[in-house]
Amino acid sequence: MVYTLGIDIGSSSSKALILADGKDIVSSAAIQVGTGTSGPGRVMEEVFRDTGLSLEDIAFTVATGYGRFSVKEADKQISEITCHAKGIFHLIPGARTIIDIGGQDAKAIRLGDNGNILQFYMNDKCAAGTGRFLDVMSRVLEIPLDNMGDAHFKATEWAAVSSTCTVFAESEVISQLSNGVPRENIVAGVHKSVATKTCALVRRCGELQQEVVMCGGVAKNPGAVDAMEKALGAKITVAPNPQITGALGAALLAWEAYQKQQ
Amino acid sequence: MEFNPATASSKECLAYYQAKLDEEAWQAKKEGRLVCWSASVAPPEFCVAMDIAMIYPETHAAGAGAKKCSQELLDVAHGKGYNIDICSYARTNLGYMELLKQEALTGAKSETLANSKASYVPLPDLVITCNNICNTLLKWYENLAKELNIPCIIIDVPFNHTMPVQRHNKEYIADQYRAAIHQLEEVTGRAFDYDKFLKVQEQVQRSVYWWNKVATYAGRVPSPLNGFDLFNYMALIVCARARDYAEITFHKFADELEAKDAAGQYAFGAPENEKYRITWEGIAVWTYLGATFKGLKNQGAVMTGSAYPGIWNLQYTPGDLESMAEAYTKVYINTCGPNRYEDFMNIVKNAKSDGLVMHLNRSCKQMGLLNQEGAEYVNKMLGVPFVSFDGDQTDPNVFSQAQYETRIQALCEMMEANK
Ligand SMILES: Nc1ncnc2c1ncn2[C@@H]1O[C@H](COP(=O)(O)OP(=O)(O)O)[C@@H](O)[C@H]1O
Ligand code: SF4
Ligand SMILES: [Mg+2]
Repeated sequence: MVYTLGIDIGSSSSKALILADGKDIVSSAAIQVGTGTSGPGRVMEEVFRDTGLSLEDIAFTVATGYGRFSVKEADKQISEITCHAKGIFHLIPGARTIIDIGGQDAKAIRLGDNGNILQFYMNDKCAAGTGRFLDVMSRVLEIPLDNMGDAHFKATEWAAVSSTCTVFAESEVISQLSNGVPRENIVAGVHKSVATKTCALVRRCGELQQEVVMCGGVAKNPGAVDAMEKALGAKITVAPNPQITGALGAALLAWEAYQKQQ
Repeated sequence: MEFNPATASSKECLAYYQAKLDEEAWQAKKEGRLVCWSASVAPPEFCVAMDIAMIYPETHAAGAGAKKCSQELLDVAHGKGYNIDICSYARTNLGYMELLKQEALTGAKSETLANSKASYVPLPDLVITCNNICNTLLKWYENLAKELNIPCIIIDVPFNHTMPVQRHNKEYIADQYRAAIHQLEEVTGRAFDYDKFLKVQEQVQRSVYWWNKVATYAGRVPSPLNGFDLFNYMALIVCARARDYAEITFHKFADELEAKDAAGQYAFGAPENEKYRITWEGIAVWTYLGATFKGLKNQGAVMTGSAYPGIWNLQYTPGDLESMAEAYTKVYINTCGPNRYEDFMNIVKNAKSDGLVMHLNRSCKQMGLLNQEGAEYVNKMLGVPFVSFDGDQTDPNVFSQAQYETRIQALCEMMEANK
C-alpha cells in the first residue's frame, strides 16, 4: 500500500487528506482556520489520528492553497486551480464547470473532456462575493453559518444587498435589520449578492458547460448554492465533502508524482 | 573614469545615457535652451531638430515606480484633487510637477522633493503630446501647460476604426505636423531646421531598426533574451530614439545576445532552464517588477513576447510626412479590435509562446479594454491558454503578489498539461 498526502491550506481553513494507492481515501480532515494559524498543524494531527500512520509512511506530499509555500512537509506545491480540477474530475467525471468559493477567493474553472483545464477566472483584489463576506454577514445577522441555509429557504422575498464593498454591505444589512426586514430575507439577499459576483466569473469562461459542480467551504451552505443555481439558471451538483476537494486533488497529484518518480 | 561607449556593455550604456539625457536637460536650462516634456509615443523629431532637450514623464514615472517611490508622488497629486481612477503615470507626474513648481515658486525644495528617489529633472518650457495611445495624455498635458503657463503642442491622431490607415487620416496628421512645426518656429523664434529634421528622422529609423532587431532574439528557442529586459531598455527607445544613444545601446545589446546564443547561454542560463515561453500583454508592473519577474522565473517561464515594446516600431520613410504620420497612428492600441487581435496573435506566434499573461492594468483603460477579447482570439486561433491578473503600472495599491503567483503557477500547470 502506498500512501500519498494532500494538504490544502486556505485563507480560512486547513484541509488534509490521505490516499491509498491513488484511489481509496484513508482519512480526511478540515480545521476551520487557515494559513498563519494553528490550523495547518492541527489538521496534520487530525488527518493521521486513528489511521496508525505517520508522516514517514507518506510516499509523496503535495501542498496547495493560499498557504501552500509555508507547508514544510510538502514535496511539491501545486496551484489550487489544478488541485480542485483534479479532485472534482476524479469524483464527478461529467464535470465541465467548477465553481469553488472559499474564504477570500471565488473561482470558475472550465474543464475539457479529459479533465484538462481550458480556462479559469478568479476574483482579484477584493474579497466581496467570497466566504469572508458570508462570515461577516452571519455575524451581523446572528445566524451561525451552519444555519444560513435553513434561514435562506424560509425567505418570503430576497432583500436587496447591493454594495460590493463588504463594509458598506454590512451597514446596508444593519439598516435593513433596523427597518424590520425579516432576517431570512436578508440572508437570501446576501446569498444572491455572492452568487451574482461569482456568476460573472463563470460567464467569462464562455457558454455554460454542464455538469456544473460546486466546491469549497461555501458549497456547504445550501442557501448559497440555491442562489448560485438561480443566478446561473442551471442545476448545480455539490461535490461530496466539498471543502476537501482541493486536498483530494493534491493527494491524487501526489500519487501521480510518486508514480513518475518510480 | 571616462565613459567609453566602445568598451561599455549595453547595460552600462543604458544607465549612462539615461542619466546623460537628464544632465543634458539641465545643461539646456542653464544655457537658456528649451526643455520639452513629451508623451512617450509623440514624435520627438520636430523638437530635437530644433535642439530642444526632451524629458519623458511616463518613463520618469515608471522609474519612480521601479524605485518604489511613486506613492509619495501619487499622494501629492491626490492632495491636489486628482482622482485615484486617473492613470497613475499622469498622477505620478502631476504630483512631481507640483513639487517642482513649488520649488520654482518658493526657491526652496520641499522635503518630499529633496528626499525623493525619483530622478531630478527640470520643469518644461513647453510640452508635446499625442493621443495615438490614449486620450488621458491630452488632458494631462493640457493641465501641465495650464499649471505652468507654457505652450502645448498637440498632435491629434484619429483612431483607426478600420485598417489599413485611411489616406485622409494620414493627410490630417501630416497637417498636424505642419502646424507643430509652425508652433515651434513661434516658440523658438527661429526658422524650422528641415535639414536637421531629415537627419533626426534617419536617426529614428536606425534606432527603431536596432530596437526591432533586439526583439527578434526572443523568437529563438531557447531564447537568449529575457523579455523583461525589454522593459528596462525601453527607456531609450522612448527617450532617445531621435539620438544615437538608443542605436548604440541596442546595437550593442543585439551583439551581446548573438554572442550569448553562440555560447549556449540563454535567458535563464542553461537551455533546460527555459521550461515555458509566455507572452506578456500590457505595461510592466513597475512597482513590483522583481516580484512579477520572479513569479515567472521560479516556474521556468521566459517572457518571449510582448506587444507593448512593439509600440515603438515606428518605421517610415524619412522626408515623407505622410509616411511618418502612418507610423505614428498605426500603433496597435490606436487600431480597431480585429487589427489589434491579429497583431497580438502574430506577436504570440513569433514569440513561440505557450501561454499568455494579461496584465489587467487599472491605470490604463486603453491597454486593458480589449485584453479579454485579444486573449480569447489568440486562444481560439492558437490554442494557447491565458490568465489575467489585476495590477497597475505605478500605483502600488492594486497588485497582490499571492494572487499573481497563484495565477502564474496555474498557467504553467496548464502549459505543462498541453505539452
Ligand atoms: N458549515 C458551514 N456552513 C456554511 N458555510 C461554511 C461552513 N463551513 C465553512 N463555510 C464557508 O466556507 C468558507 C471557507 O471556505 P474554504 O473553501 O474552506 O476556504 P479556503 O480554501 O479559502 O480556506 C467560510 O468563509 C464559510 O463562509
Ligand atoms: S498608461 Fe495608458 S492611460 Fe496612461 S498615459 Fe499610457 S496609454 Fe495613457
Ligand atoms: Mg480554497
